[in-house]
Amino acid sequence: MTGKLVLENLKHRPMRSLLSILLIGVPVTLILCLVGLSHGMIADSQRRARGSGADIVVRGSNARSVTSQSGAALPEKFLDYFAKRPHVAVVMGVVSHSAELPLIVNGVDLDQFNRMSGGLHYLQGGPFRNSDDIILDRYYAEQTKKRVGDSIEVMNRTWRVCGIVEGGKLSHILVPLKVLQNLDSANGNLSQIYIKLDDPANTQAVIGQLKQSLPGYPIWSMEELATQLQETVNSQGLHAFILVIMGIGVVIGFAVVCLSMYMAVLQRTREIGILKSLGGSKGFILRIILTEALLLGAGGTALGILMSFGARYVIETFQPASFQMEIVFSWWLRALAITLVAAILGALYPGLTAARHDPIEALAYE
Amino acid sequence: MNSGPIIQVRGLRKIYRVGKVDVPALRGVDLDVPAGEFLSIVGPSGSGKSTLFHVIGGLTPPTSGSVVVDGRDLAAMTDAARTRLRKRTVAFVFQKFNLLPNLTARDNIAVARYIAGMDSKPDPAFDEILRLLGIGSRLDHKPSALSGGEQQRVAIARAVVNHPAIVLADEPTGNLDTENSKAVLEVLRDLNQRLGQTILMITHNPEAAAYGHRTVHMRDGRIVE
Ligand SMILES: Nc1ncnc2c1ncn2[C@@H]1O[C@H](COP(=O)(O)OP(=O)(O)O)[C@@H](O)[C@H]1O
Ligand SMILES: [Mg+2]
Repeated sequence: MTGKLVLENLKHRPMRSLLSILLIGVPVTLILCLVGLSHGMIADSQRRARGSGADIVVRGSNARSVTSQSGAALPEKFLDYFAKRPHVAVVMGVVSHSAELPLIVNGVDLDQFNRMSGGLHYLQGGPFRNSDDIILDRYYAEQTKKRVGDSIEVMNRTWRVCGIVEGGKLSHILVPLKVLQNLDSANGNLSQIYIKLDDPANTQAVIGQLKQSLPGYPIWSMEELATQLQETVNSQGLHAFILVIMGIGVVIGFAVVCLSMYMAVLQRTREIGILKSLGGSKGFILRIILTEALLLGAGGTALGILMSFGARYVIETFQPASFQMEIVFSWWLRALAITLVAAILGALYPGLTAARHDPIEALAYE
Repeated sequence: MNSGPIIQVRGLRKIYRVGKVDVPALRGVDLDVPAGEFLSIVGPSGSGKSTLFHVIGGLTPPTSGSVVVDGRDLAAMTDAARTRLRKRTVAFVFQKFNLLPNLTARDNIAVARYIAGMDSKPDPAFDEILRLLGIGSRLDHKPSALSGGEQQRVAIARAVVNHPAIVLADEPTGNLDTENSKAVLEVLRDLNQRLGQTILMITHNPEAAAYGHRTVHMRDGRIVE
């Protein structure tokens, strides 16, 4: 019966109900998008790192964290040194350069890259032939609507698309290693060295040896790189940022519910008086108001979830290379909890106001 | 009519405080109503009739005096206890019907049962009452689709659904034309005669008052005869 009362009330003012739900839904979408983007983008980086085929990655000693891509600080001669170490099958030097955020261009030697990753799968075109050649993966090609033969602006320079490849290997954008070294005035230097072993089981042993001979250089297995990525992204304030957005969500939800329910209570003094004249207690009145607020909160969460699917569709359609968004189910419950808490807090004052209404005044003939 | 009055009012005073002014609405009311009586209350506007009902129905506490309803003294009761009284002991019928506008007639009645905690029990006696009221075919309409007379009959059905000891009807025909007034008054008389329902009815209309067994007159917050 409470449910029916509440539903009829919500239906009676559809505009007010829908607006409240929309306003609650927006911060829910924001939270879900943020979380979904961080999950999606980390997963994409990890997938591409693993797709390189390497077991170990070595970075320049001044590279403090995995996401700092500037500075090619590894001497190229390390390649030969690593190649001669026991268990090392393939080595590959890579130069990284930030393109439009958050994209990174990798300069690679295709021979090394093919040996390490098992080869690129060309959907269109083929390998580099000229110094202004660029290879895009299909996501970046889709995002920029480029085909083989088209020219493209990357890093303030015009390139010609020579090939479009299946994604998931190292980077969305590849250029010849030498060209990028030139551009960065980093001749003879590398940003990372990827190492593939004869058997992945030897990874920790080889890392141990390398760390001894190259103290100060960050050396990670690809698994460690994956967790490092996650930790770095989290420690770089994303967590705090999500918390802030969650706080904003709570405040908005609280304010929307408070306003909406307060208005509803003012409009319904008579109905509330009637319920009291029938013996409805303060607790009963409060329960009705809280139930209505909870429904608004739940509706807002549901709409927010729906809109996060919409956001993902838009991202996948227009920015598939730059951004990846995952639907993170575990956050649906959290978002619901956040909005329900906000809704209860927001409904408390209107609800108590309603519960305290004097039924005689409410029923007085106007 | 069985032993002892179901309502016993002694020296009842009710003073409303409006801003800094005391408004005496009841200035010493004594009244006995035996169970099963249909009592009419008449008197000029502002004489305290509605206030008397509000006190008996527990909507507001008495300022002084004693009000014993169905054996319980309202003066000694908490707000919450007086609210509980309205679930099954005292029911109101208002001039303005006061149905919940968003609910159908059926649901309006169901809400009263729900609040009283009676909603799970089947009630064959109530079907009889619905027949008596002649609203059986109108139950799935919302109040806005019902005539005034129908709305008031739904309100009466809602009032008696929990079999209260007392029905307080405050000008139940004040908003109705002659024909509908007559129908509502006859329903009240039927409820009283067939079920022994105790009814107190405020009215301005002497013809309506004549439906009661007895009429008391109020003036300036007192019962004058
Ligand atoms: N809630 C209230 N607050 C202040 N004064 C009230 C209130 N209810 C009634 N009164 C006053 O009490 C007096 C009696 O009112 P009421 O009981 O409504 O009379 P009646 O029903 O006989 O017309 C009036 O002077 C009225 O203004
Ligand atoms: Mg009155």
